[in-house]
Amino acid sequence: MPMTAAIELRDVEKRYGALRALEGVSLEIAEGEFFGLLGPNGAGKTTLISIVAGLVRANAGTVRVMGADVVREYRRARRMLGVVPQELVFDPFFTVRETLRIQSGYFGLRANDAWIDEVMHHLDLDAKADANMRALSGGMKRRVLVAQALVHRPPVIVLDEPTAGVDVELRQGLWQFVRRLNREGHTIVLTTHYLEEAELHCNRIAMLKAGRIVALDSTRNLLETFSGLQLRVRLAREGLPARFPADVLAQDGPLYTLRLRDTRALEDVLLSLREAGIDIVELELQPPDLEEVFLRLMARHG
Amino acid sequence: MAERDDTRSAPGESLTRFGTLVSKELLRFWKVAHQTVGAPILTALLFLLVFSHAFGERVTVFRDVPYAAFLVPGLVMMGVLQNAFANSSSSIIQSKITGNIVFMLLPPISYAEFFWAYVLASVIRGLVVGAGVLAVTAWFVQLQFEAPLWAFAFALLGSALLGALGLVAGIWAEKFDQLAAFQNFLIMPLTFLSGVFYSIHSLPPFWQALSRFNPFFYMIDGFRYGFFGVSDVAPAASLAILAVSFVLVAMATLRLLRSGYRLRG
Ligand SMILES: Nc1ncnc2c1ncn2[C@@H]1O[C@H](COP(=O)(O)OP(=O)(O)OP(=O)(O)O)[C@@H](O)[C@H]1O
Ligand SMILES: [Mg+2]
Repeated sequence: MPMTAAIELRDVEKRYGALRALEGVSLEIAEGEFFGLLGPNGAGKTTLISIVAGLVRANAGTVRVMGADVVREYRRARRMLGVVPQELVFDPFFTVRETLRIQSGYFGLRANDAWIDEVMHHLDLDAKADANMRALSGGMKRRVLVAQALVHRPPVIVLDEPTAGVDVELRQGLWQFVRRLNREGHTIVLTTHYLEEAELHCNRIAMLKAGRIVALDSTRNLLETFSGLQLRVRLAREGLPARFPADVLAQDGPLYTLRLRDTRALEDVLLSLREAGIDIVELELQPPDLEEVFLRLMARHG
Repeated sequence: MAERDDTRSAPGESLTRFGTLVSKELLRFWKVAHQTVGAPILTALLFLLVFSHAFGERVTVFRDVPYAAFLVPGLVMMGVLQNAFANSSSSIIQSKITGNIVFMLLPPISYAEFFWAYVLASVIRGLVVGAGVLAVTAWFVQLQFEAPLWAFAFALLGSALLGALGLVAGIWAEKFDQLAAFQNFLIMPLTFLSGVFYSIHSLPPFWQALSRFNPFFYMIDGFRYGFFGVSDVAPAASLAILAVSFVLVAMATLRLLRSGYRLRG
């Protein structure tokens, strides 16, 4: 029997009037993945997540969560899914604990306090348990949103920019917690504009632009294919030897930024410079970088 | 495409969801009870004092019922109906505008659970306000209770109908002023022209006939029957009209919810 995907989208389209927010997106996210959904503002990330969550209806295509169709079997699909919305929303009538108890109740859970306490503890919310939602800072409200998405221990967790406006300390605590959930078998889907976060945590990444997927691969492959290594060298004088074995990305007088396919290419560059009798004043090797991948892909599909 | 009620859930789970929604709605108005219960009671009391002072000595309705006593059931029912409507409509629109409605859209809440929870909370708010108005006005006016069960049935069905209408209005409205328009141009005129302040027998024939198309007329008239044992229309007929209206509105509201109209973009 084939494994059911945690999330499966087939030819999903969404239009807002004349605007095509999603144009035929197909995507499969396997159980247990830590998946990154990246793209510039307005690419359609939140729209895609909203369709998965049943907050928005697609104009065409089908979406399943753990095998359950999000429209026809909406209850089964929603039980499997925890969503942290991008917008910082809250109900000003309630305290943190009340908010989490109510959310548990919406999922049909009573006597969920042990788990609620555990979640609050991991998100460093214990001290705020009885504070009114209105009285919390933005970052604290964001933590409550995360906690709300987890009350029913969903196997699939979707976080839409969970670290926007969150301080370094919580960001680290949050990632620790989310990684633990991932290790315990939860599937994680994440959007973020902090590319280092995606690079660090996600095993696979989809890049979205103007409603289309423009890249979908493991993080490692994306880095190797589109970024490679960058070498910055300051030479004793301006000018490179003819038939130089690397691409020049940028030049500022005798300061060159070069792109290397791999570490072996470094030897060729050094050899070529030595043979031409050009001295190296300064040398710096930069590892592959997702930001570079992102910028190149977005420019290519511009 | 409309959503279908695919997977049945355990009855206990469904009850928990329903109970949570209801208690959330009750907490919401109870935490600001001075505004949601106190204020309408005060308003009703002011109506009673002003109107009974203005007409009190001269007018009697229904043979021997003094005007102030006639007025009280009308005011009670007006409180019941307006507050039932206000409860569901304002709750929904607040959740929509602040965005926290997602907390109810993400979980596996069925449309029936959602509908009945909002209606029940509206009924409770309506009855609490109605009981408050009754308790306070009873200080000033001697009341009789000929058929209290009839009165209760009308209050129950009337508030359920208004709670469901409030749900529709809250879903439809995108801004507070649209909701206010619904309230000011539909609910208010219909309640005021339903015979809260007068018996329709005092109206010219044309207006009398027109009143019979106003569903609020049957609510007030039937409710008043519970007090005086006298009404313009037989109470069983009024109750039947209300029951049919409620079933129609309930079916329409459930359809609206299932379609995702203005809730699921
Ligand atoms: N309710 C709506 N009505 C009209 N247009 C919408 C609506 N929601 C989204 N859009 C449009 O759809 C496109 C995709 O929006 P979406 O919110 O999915 O982008 P995003 O990738 O999440 O961006 P961001 O990184 O800024 O959060 C945008 O052009 C947006 O303006
Ligand atoms: Mg977004």
